[in-house]
Amino acid sequence: MALRASRLRVGETFEKVVVDDLKRSQIVMYAGASGDFHPVHSDERFARATGLPGVFAHGMLTMGMTGRALTDFVGDGRLGSYRARFVAQVWPGDTLTARVTVSAIREEGGVPWADLALRTVNQNGEEVLSGSATARLDP
Amino acid sequence: MTAKRFPVEAGQILLFARAIGDPNPIYRDEEYARGTELGGVIAPPTFTQAAAHFDPDFPLRPEPGRPWFGSGREDAGGRGPGSEGGGIGLYAEHHFEYHRPLRPGDVLSGEDRRGRSWEKVGRRGGKLRFQEYVTDYRDAAGELVITSTVVGVTTEKPVGEA
Repeated sequence: MALRASRLRVGETFEKVVVDDLKRSQIVMYAGASGDFHPVHSDERFARATGLPGVFAHGMLTMGMTGRALTDFVGDGRLGSYRARFVAQVWPGDTLTARVTVSAIREEGGVPWADLALRTVNQNGEEVLSGSATARLDP
Repeated sequence: MTAKRFPVEAGQILLFARAIGDPNPIYRDEEYARGTELGGVIAPPTFTQAAAHFDPDFPLRPEPGRPWFGSGREDAGGRGPGSEGGGIGLYAEHHFEYHRPLRPGDVLSGEDRRGRSWEKVGRRGGKLRFQEYVTDYRDAAGELVITSTVVGVTTEKPVGEA
């Protein structure tokens, strides 16, 4: 279901837990699905050799999971753009909550659009991703 | 990442949606999807990452006969492509621009280009160099479907810290 411009308010937020206790297996699933097999995400020995405590999630997995909150809010096939900045690493065991905030509602060629701010935090409240998106609305 | 021919397939969309933990039926259930305004299954917003599978030279995939930098019989040294300065450095941002929904059956071709570049002074006085790596994905008709931009940042140590 798409959002309706007439019912949406600037400042409105939508929040979703997009992963609870991230498992190493999900990181492996993302490696397989995306084709990014960098061992720092799936090879514990390699990750430790680089001085890290262990493997960590692909930034694009965090962007993919945050995208779920975004499309759950705005509806399917409605995005005009989606931008993410990778602020901090995401580790196995992390629980991530994505928050979408309506920052503006505007019209472009007679079509209503929402500007959205995105922020994904871990279980300690630390930001791991910040971003923005635009979505086409129904009138 | 250059995938000259990236066929978008229903099975790959299903796997990708599972991997990001998104159970939305729009990514897998054709019957459900037919009843929506989209009229069919679409791909998730970050799906073009899977184009790596169709890049014959993608360096972050083990290939028979090619050295791989992960652990096996021997422990890995913790180095990989990019650590010699040839990579994008730190993966700072990713931007997508959507021109239309991506659907199974689409055959995309990716064209890489350099986007904007700029510099900033980091917190410890080193220079940060940002570079956009843009991929335009076009369909078989040549129409732009998705523009995907990676922002990479490389650091330069401040004088005296070399």
